[in-house]
Amino acid sequence: MAQLTMIEAIRSALSAALEKDERVLVFGEDVGQSGGVFRATDGLMQRFGEARVFDTPLAESSIAGLATGLSLQGFIPVAEIQFFGFVFEAMDEMIGQAARMRFRTGGSFHCPIVYRTPFGGGVKTPELHADSLEGLFVQSPGIKVIVPSSPYEAKGLLLSAIFDEDPVLFLEHMKLYRSFREEVPEDFYTLPLGEAKVVKAGKDLTLISYGAMVRTAIKAAEIAAQEQGLSVEVIDLRTISPIDTETIVTSIRKTHRAVVLQEAQRSAGVAAEVIARINEEAIYDLEGPVLRVAPPDTVYPFTLFEKEWLPTEQLVVHQINQAMHA
Amino acid sequence: MSVHAPVRELGYLRVIDEEGQVTDSSLLPDITEGHFKQLMERMLFTRLWDERAIKWTRQGKLGFYAPVAGQEAAMIGSEAALTMDDFILPSYRDVPQAVWHGWPLYQAFLYSLGHQHGNQIPEGVNVLPPQIIIGAQIVQAAGVAMAFALRKEKRVALAYIGDGGTSQGDFYEGMNVAGVYRLPLIVLVQNNQFAISVPVEKQTAVKELAKKAEASGMEGIRVDGMDVLAVYQAVQGAVQKAKAGEGPTLIEALTFRYGPHTMSGDDPKRYRTKELEEDWRARDPIIRYRKFLHTKGWWTEEDERKVETKAKDEVQAALDRANQFPAMSMKALASHMYAKMPIELADQLIRQDTKKEVK
Ligand SMILES: Cc1ncc(C[n+]2csc(CCOP(=O)(O)OP(=O)(O)O)c2C)c(N)n1
Repeated sequence: MAQLTMIEAIRSALSAALEKDERVLVFGEDVGQSGGVFRATDGLMQRFGEARVFDTPLAESSIAGLATGLSLQGFIPVAEIQFFGFVFEAMDEMIGQAARMRFRTGGSFHCPIVYRTPFGGGVKTPELHADSLEGLFVQSPGIKVIVPSSPYEAKGLLLSAIFDEDPVLFLEHMKLYRSFREEVPEDFYTLPLGEAKVVKAGKDLTLISYGAMVRTAIKAAEIAAQEQGLSVEVIDLRTISPIDTETIVTSIRKTHRAVVLQEAQRSAGVAAEVIARINEEAIYDLEGPVLRVAPPDTVYPFTLFEKEWLPTEQLVVHQINQAMHA
Repeated sequence: MSVHAPVRELGYLRVIDEEGQVTDSSLLPDITEGHFKQLMERMLFTRLWDERAIKWTRQGKLGFYAPVAGQEAAMIGSEAALTMDDFILPSYRDVPQAVWHGWPLYQAFLYSLGHQHGNQIPEGVNVLPPQIIIGAQIVQAAGVAMAFALRKEKRVALAYIGDGGTSQGDFYEGMNVAGVYRLPLIVLVQNNQFAISVPVEKQTAVKELAKKAEASGMEGIRVDGMDVLAVYQAVQGAVQKAKAGEGPTLIEALTFRYGPHTMSGDDPKRYRTKELEEDWRARDPIIRYRKFLHTKGWWTEEDERKVETKAKDEVQAALDRANQFPAMSMKALASHMYAKMPIELADQLIRQDTKKEVK
């Protein structure tokens, strides 16, 4: 098996999808000739032809609108929004239109689209490149939201997303693109959407996260084990809409304590939703309040302040200790 | 791969040719010798600053940077045709215009490094910080222009955009609304032939971007964007028209960026040929304008050296000043989220790990 970075795993998934099904189309700004600003689509236009992998004009609303129309006609569009901060330009087509299509037509039409987009902090991008805007989509019915945490996860989840019957937003954390390698099968494989994964078993506390913060969570769990002898169970949500409540609740029935970690600013996001569910389903299993680790409710900060703003392992460890002693 | 050459067959306004010869003396701007020289000084200064900025970015001394070499005539010529109370809405590449319009250079460097103070535009300076969201500046500029019209002020809003940006809905929407209300708006498209890797002919099926003005009922002009006097003249005319209440203008300046799209990993070899690059470099705005000034006897070796020294010193001083600027604090950043900080946000700043404020 090949050791791939996440960007290579994504390219491998796109290539497998294009190979498997002629209806799959890959497009967006700079994805054709130059192979994408991160090289996610490198060589795909040359290999599959410009009719299937192509550069679009610079207009996100038309990228997303093309995807809607193509999907209505039986194609499977995989559209790239060059950076997540540019998604505002495409949001009507995504959540105002595609996400509502099945509902408003009573099932006559539906939009099996994947919108891929890089996002995430810690990589010194200018404004509106790094922001964690997933909350806007998690609040919107009709579109699924996936955030892979590793190369293996990315390929399997992306292939599931592409062959899913509904619109899926696929969020690729830039920090994970090239930071580490992992064994990734060369062949086609899928991983289930809508299912969280226990990435590290434990019995004292459940630490729930997604995306790049899963790495931070695992490190924090290791520190807590070394320093306090704590056994922390780490859950990677993988799909943040719809959220897999069962895996979370099962874990909490065992550990009785929880901390939720997210990179997005604090309020009304995934962490809040996870805590609400724990509250509804497992409050009598808890031995203390569920705590949250998230940056303050500001816009994603300027490059020179990213490190201070983003959650750190130490902060997570601190919250784990708070939760243990509450 | 795109092999298109500089557009020569289509008509455009040009005042001096590649040899610095005046094409039609009636087109020469009616400005002083000092003003003619200032255009050169600013273009040269900008080129030298760009070279340093590229070097510093590679060395990690600057952050985000979009090179400007090749586009100096379009940038400097257009800004020079404004008065200081006209308002500029730049994109990420239009840093020189904003700086020549009053944005202190050290703040432009802080913007590059990613410091909030970079974007704290001094009172009375009529620019917005560079726009990242392509197209957003055009609709906003229409609003700024409307404010000038409502207050009956003789001012214009000038928004910059690239060839790629003309595909955005916001571009059409801004022009459309400016056409309806005959707003004092100038949209300057720097057609540098590529939007990152995408050539302009994949951006639009229309051959002249200036034609996009027609559907908004506004005038569209095409100029040689490597000719600083042509750009100056076109913008100057548009300013006069706007100030006379005669509405908006779209100006397409044909130009080229010599360098990569930004310093964040773009490789032009993936999408354009060396020949194309050389073809454009042969039309260099600075070389051409220097020849023109020489024919007039307005530019000496000493003038050249003076600008070089000034650029070197001022650019270095600006970087030093940027580096000495105090670091941001969470509290200061958050205090700019709302006019008055919500109690909830203030509470969040007390980090749970230390129970102390993040500095
Ligand atoms: C809304 C939006 N979409 C995409 C981008 C990413 N992006 C930055 S620059 C660029 C190309 C712009 O090309 P052009 O408008 O021709 O201007 P140039 O960079 O050549 O000056 C793209 C696609 C962005 N910044 N904003």
